[in-house]
Amino acid sequence: MSNEWEVVIGLEIHAQLATRSKIFSGSSTAFGAAPNVQANLVDLGYPGVLPVLNAEAVRMAARFGLAIGARVSHRSVFARKNYFYPDLPKGYQISQYELPIVQDGRVEIVLDDGSAKVIGVTRAHLEEDAGKSLHEELPGQSGIDLNRAGTPLLEIVSEPDLRSAREAIAYMKKIHTLVRYLEICDGNMQEGSFRCDANVSVRGLGRREFGTRCEIKNLNSFRFVEKAINHEVARQIDVLEGGGSIVQETRLYDPGRDETRSMRSKEEANDYRYFPDPDLLPLVLDADWIESLRTTLPELPDAKAARLVAEHGLPAYDAGVLSASRELADYYEAVIGLVGGQPKLVANWVMGDLSALLNRDGLDIQASRVDTQRLAGLIARIVDGTLSGKLAKEVLETMWDEGSEADAVIEAKGLRQITDTAAIEAVIRKVMEDNPGQLADYRGGKDKLFGFFVGQVMKATGGKANPGQVNELLKTLLAG
Amino acid sequence: MTAAELGRALRRREVSSLELTDHFLARIEDSGTRLNAFVTVTAERAREDARRADAEIAAGQGGPLTGVPIAHKDIFCTAGILTTCSSRMLANFTSPYDATVVEKLTAAGTVLLGKTNMDEFAMGSSNETSYFGPVRNPWDESRVPGGSSGGSAAAVAAGLAPAATGTDTGGSIRQPAALTGLTGIKPTYGRVSRYGMIAFASSLDQAGVLARSAEDAALLLAAMSGFDPRDSTSVEQPVPDYHAGLEAPLAGLRIGVIREFFGEGLEAGTGAAVTGALDQFKRLGAEVVEVSLPALPLSVPTYYVVAPAECSSNLSRFDGIRFGYRCESPRDLYDLYTRSRGEGFGDEVKRRIMTGTYVLSAGYYDAYYLKAQKVRSLIAADFQRAFESVDLLFGPTAPTPAFGIGEKVDDPVTMYLNDIYTIGANLAGLPALSAPCGLVDGLPVGFQLIGPQFSESRLLSATHAYQRETDWHRRLPPAWA
Repeated sequence: MSNEWEVVIGLEIHAQLATRSKIFSGSSTAFGAAPNVQANLVDLGYPGVLPVLNAEAVRMAARFGLAIGARVSHRSVFARKNYFYPDLPKGYQISQYELPIVQDGRVEIVLDDGSAKVIGVTRAHLEEDAGKSLHEELPGQSGIDLNRAGTPLLEIVSEPDLRSAREAIAYMKKIHTLVRYLEICDGNMQEGSFRCDANVSVRGLGRREFGTRCEIKNLNSFRFVEKAINHEVARQIDVLEGGGSIVQETRLYDPGRDETRSMRSKEEANDYRYFPDPDLLPLVLDADWIESLRTTLPELPDAKAARLVAEHGLPAYDAGVLSASRELADYYEAVIGLVGGQPKLVANWVMGDLSALLNRDGLDIQASRVDTQRLAGLIARIVDGTLSGKLAKEVLETMWDEGSEADAVIEAKGLRQITDTAAIEAVIRKVMEDNPGQLADYRGGKDKLFGFFVGQVMKATGGKANPGQVNELLKTLLAG
Repeated sequence: MTAAELGRALRRREVSSLELTDHFLARIEDSGTRLNAFVTVTAERAREDARRADAEIAAGQGGPLTGVPIAHKDIFCTAGILTTCSSRMLANFTSPYDATVVEKLTAAGTVLLGKTNMDEFAMGSSNETSYFGPVRNPWDESRVPGGSSGGSAAAVAAGLAPAATGTDTGGSIRQPAALTGLTGIKPTYGRVSRYGMIAFASSLDQAGVLARSAEDAALLLAAMSGFDPRDSTSVEQPVPDYHAGLEAPLAGLRIGVIREFFGEGLEAGTGAAVTGALDQFKRLGAEVVEVSLPALPLSVPTYYVVAPAECSSNLSRFDGIRFGYRCESPRDLYDLYTRSRGEGFGDEVKRRIMTGTYVLSAGYYDAYYLKAQKVRSLIAADFQRAFESVDLLFGPTAPTPAFGIGEKVDDPVTMYLNDIYTIGANLAGLPALSAPCGLVDGLPVGFQLIGPQFSESRLLSATHAYQRETDWHRRLPPAWA
């Protein structure tokens, strides 16, 4: 039934900016300190204190704007969002409302069928994070940790351009990649440095007007975003097909039960009484200054991927995977430099066996136990025929476990490929002698037995015989 | 004696700071609760400050204010000393830090006598909204000293302190200065740092001085002013030597008399005294013309939208969670909030929080807050136009002399109209000054000068010229002479 419905999704992504100090005070933003040790009088909202804007946060937001082809506002305004909560020390959050620093951007995502789609970014604005309420630690009481209060956030708001959970994930991953390329956010989702709210609605296929939406709050993993959206879409379709209507509300996703549940309805929603913060002057950015930031932008993922296709001749898929992480792409390019070419071979090893080992041990590419120098050493041995692909896998694993060089492993294990034609011929003749029946059948027309002979030869050489040569010689010798 | 004269006497070693300090502490003590001008007297701290100042003077160091005792309005945060804003909400609040104003005046060598009473969170024009009770006017103790800096005004007028700091959001320095016979200046918005000054309405609040003369005001203002990186609205502009500028000649100064300030509502005796001051300025060589600022009569309604809007948000931090008053045994979070704030704030503060919450609410924002901001721009434009043809603007400070305690307390609108002449300068961010110019039935009245941005020197020198030819600023309340 669900193919009669169209899903409409907009995401509000909160990226914690990687500044050393908070957005309006000099306190540190480091994660994991003991409660309240990183909250000064400004963060605590003491009587008489005033906010002072962190220039680095502005710079980061502006660079993000340039990276998504947005307008970086020459004049933007900080506003107060008023509500009471114990982890909100001032009783208001300083945010941007009517005039955000970044407006009208766009990013391109690749859909499952390989086609590209442009997603609009309505705006991105600067704001301060709130503290944390701790309900578990103290029975019967609530603790408040204000270390996070005042941490700079960039809230990135998309247009309602996303049509499925898959698209939403692709978009979120794209933004995730971008903020890390720009080095403005560490992207750490477990620590909450990158999280999102999803606005989800459905409408009858072909209808122009949007359905009533629900907002799902605080999703902090790609998997949860996908599951929460899919669950919410199913729930809304269920309600509508049962003749009901959707109530505009804020919902929470419970990963334990894989369901969303109502948090507050529109009627219960706060009237935030936004107004310009009189403690902060409008943020005025000079056009030349904004332009000068353009030169600080790194090569962005789309450009990098295009270059890997055009200059390295990689398939679009490989280029996309490699460029999704600036560090992975850097690693790949460093190996290319050392090997002196072989883009597809290097890409296969980086994306395949090396990535598998990284995943197995839960490491980032920066922490790889085989560095670019060593991987290049391994690949050089494949290129010069010393190692077969199969042997190379074994060598890589040993290198990974022992932290050693490819040549040392090859030497120690005697894994050098057998490329001596005479030696391989001798093995083949022996195999033919030992298997007269199969030989007769093969010569009698059972071509399929060719594989059997290859297997026997490889087995006899411990897998070290050069497969290409084995094939060639077998053909000749079996033919008699 | 004025603060400037005391400073000179100190540097000539005719008196020590400790002697002066003991003298003022004794006067404060003798006054008991008659005036109720102080919330906290910091006798020990004062004597420490005085000894340090005496040592500095003995070493031939220090400046014109070294060793001069002063008082701070209890809205300025003072490290280790109660900072109450005259509210039950902060009656137990000891600030962990000094406001920039406090820091700067301490660095200038002043001696801190104590913290003065005020209208709760600076909301009031009579000093009757204080949690610690009303302040009395030394000229007639059945009358109010004005507000919100009423404690500072009463203390200086009664000779309990040579000078005091104040804050002015809609007239809170100038109106009490007028009602107690003092010289009070509110500088340009951004001239003095607001860091550590507990916010009432952030876009209007400015710190300033209540003193006996323009000369004193010049000395204190120079010490308080200057850019502060901790206040984003403070202005990075050098501070002129206000004291050196006092002798600038007045001849040729073009003074514009604000027509809208001399209409209905101005009490006759006050009007006569203010007109008398204008005549004096003419005799001193000023050129006087009448000017009209048509949007200015909209100041009061505009102010009573903007100021409550900002205060409703500024005062949200007083929630009973981290500091200040917390109600007894709250049942839950909602109860903690509502009772802590319900019990901690007085009626006037609650009235303004509710007004401010209303004007910012969805559906009302455009009609009230946004419209008020537009009118505010019109008022600022009126002033700007006027300053194309005149150097300073002139008018009364308050419509009447001091009124009786309890007289207007139940009628907020009449009370609000007391600031009708002062609010305009706050809305436009302009410097303005009030100085005494006569007595009406034994009660002081003042004139007001308003100048363009950063014209403090001109305001002070014009007033200084007036005060050299007149002695209204030397009159003392008979009971405190």
